[in-house]
Amino acid sequence: MKKLLVYMKGYEKECILGPLFKLLEAGFDLTVPMVTAAIIDCGIANQDRDYIIRYGGILILLAIVGLTCSITAQYFAAKAAVGFAARLRHALFEHIESLSFAEIDQVGTSTLITRMTSDINQVQSGVNMALRLFLRSPFIVFGAMICAFFYDIKAALVFVVVIPLLALVIFGIMVVSMPLYKRVQGALDKVLGSTRENLTGVRVIRAFHREEEEEEEFCVENDFLAKAQLFVGKISALTNPVTYVMINMALVALLWIGGVRIDAGTLSQGQIIALINYLSQILVELVKLANTIVLSNKALACANRIESVMEIHSSLEMAGQEEDRRENRIKGQVIFENVSMCYQGALEPSVEKITFTADKGQTIGIIGGTGSGKSTLVHLIPRFYDVTEGFVKVDGKDVRSYDLEELRNKVGIVMQKAVLFKGTIRENLLWGNENASEEELQEALELSQSLEFVEKKENGIQSFVEQGGRNLSGGQRQRLTIARALVRKPEILIFDDSTSALDYATDAKLRGGLKSLSYSPTVFMVSQRTSSIRHADKIIVLEDGKVIGMGTHEELLENCQVYREIHQSQYQEENEKSIQN
Amino acid sequence: MKNQKETIRKILLYIRHYWWLILGSLLCAAVSVVFTLYLPILTGYAVDVMVEEGRVDFVVLKELLVKMAVIIMITGIAQWLMNVANNRITYLVVRDIRRDAFHKLQKLPLKYLDVHSSGDLVSRIIADVDQFADGLLMGFTQAFTGILTILGTLIFMLRMNVWITLVVVLVTPLSFFVAAFIAKKTHVMFQKQSEARGEQTGLIDEMIGNQQVVQAYGHEKKALKRFDEVNKRLEGYSLRATFFSSITNPATRFVNNLVYAGVGISGAFFAIHGRLSVGTLSCFLSYANQYTKPFNEISGVITELQNAITCAGRVFELIEEQEETNNGMAEEKIENASGAMEIEHVDFSYVPDKPLIQNLNLSVKPGQRVAIVGPTGCGKTTIINLIMRFYDVDKGAIKMDGKDIRSLSRENLRSQYGMVLQETWLKDGTVLENILFGRKGATREEAMEAAKLSHAHSFIKRLPKGYDTIVKENGENLSQGQRQLLCIARVILCKPSILILDEATSSIDTRTEMQIQSAFQKLMEGRTSFIVAHRLSTIQSADIILVMKDGQIIEQGSHSELLAKKGFYTNLYMSQFAG
Repeated sequence: MKKLLVYMKGYEKECILGPLFKLLEAGFDLTVPMVTAAIIDCGIANQDRDYIIRYGGILILLAIVGLTCSITAQYFAAKAAVGFAARLRHALFEHIESLSFAEIDQVGTSTLITRMTSDINQVQSGVNMALRLFLRSPFIVFGAMICAFFYDIKAALVFVVVIPLLALVIFGIMVVSMPLYKRVQGALDKVLGSTRENLTGVRVIRAFHREEEEEEEFCVENDFLAKAQLFVGKISALTNPVTYVMINMALVALLWIGGVRIDAGTLSQGQIIALINYLSQILVELVKLANTIVLSNKALACANRIESVMEIHSSLEMAGQEEDRRENRIKGQVIFENVSMCYQGALEPSVEKITFTADKGQTIGIIGGTGSGKSTLVHLIPRFYDVTEGFVKVDGKDVRSYDLEELRNKVGIVMQKAVLFKGTIRENLLWGNENASEEELQEALELSQSLEFVEKKENGIQSFVEQGGRNLSGGQRQRLTIARALVRKPEILIFDDSTSALDYATDAKLRGGLKSLSYSPTVFMVSQRTSSIRHADKIIVLEDGKVIGMGTHEELLENCQVYREIHQSQYQEENEKSIQN
Repeated sequence: MKNQKETIRKILLYIRHYWWLILGSLLCAAVSVVFTLYLPILTGYAVDVMVEEGRVDFVVLKELLVKMAVIIMITGIAQWLMNVANNRITYLVVRDIRRDAFHKLQKLPLKYLDVHSSGDLVSRIIADVDQFADGLLMGFTQAFTGILTILGTLIFMLRMNVWITLVVVLVTPLSFFVAAFIAKKTHVMFQKQSEARGEQTGLIDEMIGNQQVVQAYGHEKKALKRFDEVNKRLEGYSLRATFFSSITNPATRFVNNLVYAGVGISGAFFAIHGRLSVGTLSCFLSYANQYTKPFNEISGVITELQNAITCAGRVFELIEEQEETNNGMAEEKIENASGAMEIEHVDFSYVPDKPLIQNLNLSVKPGQRVAIVGPTGCGKTTIINLIMRFYDVDKGAIKMDGKDIRSLSRENLRSQYGMVLQETWLKDGTVLENILFGRKGATREEAMEAAKLSHAHSFIKRLPKGYDTIVKENGENLSQGQRQLLCIARVILCKPSILILDEATSSIDTRTEMQIQSAFQKLMEGRTSFIVAHRLSTIQSADIILVMKDGQIIEQGSHSELLAKKGFYTNLYMSQFAG
């Protein structure tokens, strides 16, 4: 939480004024019983009407001033809390954007999204409430006790005894029940898990007619949940009755002591009524305080989770700007030298000791089974991950010594998953290069074989793409992501297994088009199909992260057994695919 | 409104089982309210017996205090019992509703489950029921006691002094109106806030969910700019919504203070004329403090209750959904199917006015292989849905060993099949439990035997705890291929007469795929099988090929027959040389 307080900066005024006005209001609250006591002791006893009206007026005045103070306090608190949350959101968003793939893999996007949304909302309401109540409640509790001392020391002793006792009970029950609530939450999660599992597996469950067993299992978990709820319910059900009994027993004690003191002439009737009033004020505030603590505990937990995200730093650090000027700086050249890369927490490297050179305009095919490290290999070029050993050079310069933006500007990548963003098709294409001309966009659409379906749309290139591209088919999405990469006119073009959703003819046309590009990019083509890469200048065959063959299609057919096997098995499969299409 | 009444009636039906708890709860609530209200009166009496120096009646005071102590204890106990009873009612009712809802899930036709997102159903059973529980609990603890407190206070006050009561009764509702007024005004602001929030969440989802693309295209700064724009708007709406809604408390407290001042002034005047004792005045003052509280709470309780009823309505909607028909009305029974299947003049469609399958005829002899061929999304699973009787045919009949499958119980019918689908669903449990899922009462040895036959044994052995390794829900610890092998072992264990297989193995590497193929081959020996086919060898060796396109079967026959037809299939087959 502490580190997040930086975002409070600029709201110091609100953070001080808010609680201050709240304290003022509390001060007025504490005066009310005194005024009442005065009315009883002086007004009624002396039958002084003017006095009663004057003091009654004071009561109304106090109410009005109290209202004003309180509203002012609420305003400052709301302003500080909302402003703080907005800044925190901005900072967190910016921070998350700066994280590298490695960190995002580790934390998981869904977690990050929760941090950004519900966690920050919780923190906002926590801050808002803390500013309003954290000072007020203790102030009233102790203020009431001090006021009691002014009236009568002996009677005040009742307060001294009962306040800590009450606090002990309220917070004690809270401390005991909190872990129990966690258990309830765990039980609820289990019930939720079973329900979801049952729904996703409904066909299998019915095929094996396991409905009854599923139900039995569910009932066990459901009963467990109910039992856990009942148990914690029994404990938290104690709070109200116990505090009620304690505060009222204190009242009985107060009345007895009050009787003795009045008899002795050191206390008046009005004063005992004021003391009774204070007692009930204390109870109300203690209960409020307990609720505040529960809520702020939640908010604090959220704040800590946010903080832990803030503490993650991008592992991609600039390796100094040592520039090797002597080396030939050929545009579009990519060199891998003895590259190994091991994901965080993984036991074995995903790619191991890889060395090759790709020259400008060459097409490099990369093939291998799932998990053989194909994607990892190409992700190293735009430095999505850092190598653990060796180095990757682009244009003769280590990727780690580039400015990230400069490096990634050279690369156009088409990911395995075809992601488009909410907006028009045109806007999506402009991601590649925001200064692209209309002709360039058309060219990219044509080359990626998307022109036909885009033109069929009512608004053509201005057609709207829904979030996640839901209103387009998988193949269409894929082609548009290819167009997006082409708009960039990159030195290096990477297809990360992204042509598998395209049929053979489209795939072939696309490959043909790439050859004719005027800026002749270096192309990396990751695929599971030999047909997509057979015409590449160089094919790298990967297995378990290691290179087990490198060369042209013909060379590999000759001397790489794995490649030959892949090719043969797929030659057949390819035929089948076309049967089905 | 009528729906609401109906829902309330249904809730009452659930609650009825616990009528004795309710009776107890109401009784305890009444006791605790009456005694709670009686206490200030006794306090007033006590104040009245201590007038001034030397004039304190200790005998009466003692008597009063003892009486108070007893009442306090009784009230405390009554409150606790009430809370416990309310908890019991709520959580037991919730348990019953969840149980019934889950039971319903097992009985609902797939027609229903396929069109309702599982997220929605889960949220009904979990989130809605939870919300309902909160509302029910709050309703029980606060609504009843709140109303009793208001009534009780009114009666007690009227007995003491009509005029001061009038002051309280006239001013108090103000706080109610103030609260309602603010709530109405802030509603719009909250709506705007949640709209902005929704927009922002969408943006966050999109940008952070696809961070890889954002970074690859250096779009971070632009994304941040868009984010800031929404963030700014959200801040504005949030500030207004938060601030204006937070006025409610001070405003109602203000009204409360006015009541207090009014009681104080008017009470003092009555006291001067001797028509009110100081003790009674103190009693009035404490009533004035209490009286507004239930008013302020009740508006919250009403929204909460309304919310609860809506949620309960959604759950009941699920519970009352039409169940699968004629399940268990088994007129016929098949012991061990020979594997002969007959599909006669079958019409079927998912949507009534969009005919899908029309007049489908197919005759499968025991041990024959049927390959279903077609592009993805062409409706290959429709056939599976029909022969498994996940869906019923609209017209015609499907027969197994000459008996209409609708005359068999679903359990009897389905136990003749073994099914391996593309999506490899496994239970949250151990590897062994997942294999045993195939047949009730099978032993560990039998399961291991099945695993060996399906080539799963070798990888299971290498798992950290072998057969007792827990399979995670999303299967992080098993590869897709391994999951498929487990599914095959599961089917081997149940020794079905007829097989239903989905060959799609696109995400599996070549080596595992070979193992799966060989496991499939072993499985199919001597059994009638329906295969959603992807491999040429399977198609060529099939006895019957069903060629599907756009949900319809356009050709059927053996490989050579279909080639001779020179139709759609021939085109497909010939086009292979183009690749």
